[in-house]
Amino acid sequence: MTELQARGVVKAYGPTPALRGITLDVAEGEIVAVTGPSGCGKSTLLHCLAGILRPDAGQVFWRGERIDTWSEAARSKLRRTEFGVLFQFGQLVPELTVAENVALPLLLAGTGRRAGRTVATAWLARLGVADLADARPGELSGGQQQRCALARTLVTEPRVIFADEPTGALDTLAGEQVLTQLVRLAREQRTSVVLVTHEPRIAGYADREVVLRDGAVDGAGLGLDLPAAAGSGLGLRATGAPAGEALANAAPAGGAPAGERPAGGAR
Amino acid sequence: MLLGLLAEGDKHGYELKRAHDRRLPRARPLAFGQVYATLGRLERDGLVAPAGQDRDAGPDRTAYTLTPAGRDALAAWLAEVEPPMPYVASTLFAKVVVALLVADTGHVRSYLVAQRRAHTDRLRELTAVKTDPSASLDDVVAADYAIAHLDADLRWLHTTLERVADWHREVHS
Repeated sequence: MTELQARGVVKAYGPTPALRGITLDVAEGEIVAVTGPSGCGKSTLLHCLAGILRPDAGQVFWRGERIDTWSEAARSKLRRTEFGVLFQFGQLVPELTVAENVALPLLLAGTGRRAGRTVATAWLARLGVADLADARPGELSGGQQQRCALARTLVTEPRVIFADEPTGALDTLAGEQVLTQLVRLAREQRTSVVLVTHEPRIAGYADREVVLRDGAVDGAGLGLDLPAAAGSGLGLRATGAPAGEALANAAPAGGAPAGERPAGGAR
Repeated sequence: MLLGLLAEGDKHGYELKRAHDRRLPRARPLAFGQVYATLGRLERDGLVAPAGQDRDAGPDRTAYTLTPAGRDALAAWLAEVEPPMPYVASTLFAKVVVALLVADTGHVRSYLVAQRRAHTDRLRELTAVKTDPSASLDDVVAADYAIAHLDADLRWLHTTLERVADWHREVHS
């Protein structure tokens, strides 16, 4: 079953196009990494899919229902109940304890305080941080905070999790641990995950990778186009300099003599 | 490496091979011949010695133990700093440079697309090994090592493409 669909999604910030018509399907239980160089539109796409931003054109469907036309209130409810969002920084409320933070989405959905706490502490236990329940976010390490934020994301048992550079602020081991848990629990619950990252290593956690370039899906996945004449385009004669000199000579300083430039500029 | 495995306790050649393949699960498996050849050399150099009762049995029946000299050699090996990448030597590196130098765009492009796919597929495979709940610490450590290198290759590949594209833009602007 298709959980999430984007059809020709277009989004611009003023005159700057961020997304130029993205079409993408995410199956139930599928983990999709959205990668690409910075500025390629990957975070904007995540915000459009999660109903945080409204596309300028195109459609977004969740379980076959078009959601981009919904009111802000309806999309907000959808985000609270069926979607979970995890950002680079956990964004825990500093005044609340960890357990209160984790229970927050449940309280917003009308669950009682006591029941909320029970569910929250159960999730904290599943993530191996039960002992942090009564701590304040300020007392925790980055990795602990992100685990607690993950518990808060999971507590409503969302159908889709949107994670935007969820390990960006963590050291390697803490990042790996958070991701391992996210992926394990998503698989157990058959939750779909849209994982935005610029790191190939992190994309390795996904079932599939979608590479964006300049606001469009890049089928080749290289993240950019090769210049028209890559080969002799380095300004070297094909039979001339040894391979090792290629990169040194590729430095822009001075440019190549006119005669050695490639003829065509067709992209 | 074999000295290190013997430091855990005396072992037969066969046990050494098993221990090696278990400790380094992503390394190329050790051939039996190689184990016995290495043990022979280590014994000649006085770093290991036959242990136990059946010292006159064939090589496959002999357990080996570390000698004091062997322990010293192991300690020295562990203390010695490895030269960090003395040469940039990888077929991937050479191939990308040569491809950019001599091949036409179409060929370079299809090579890079295929290479990138192979790298990301392997990365995904190793990540799955590592995140499997039944993975041992040895598995995770070995997968981490391979993943870090694939990750580095992919980053380098992308940076190189960006550099070449940048260079090209400047030359043609």
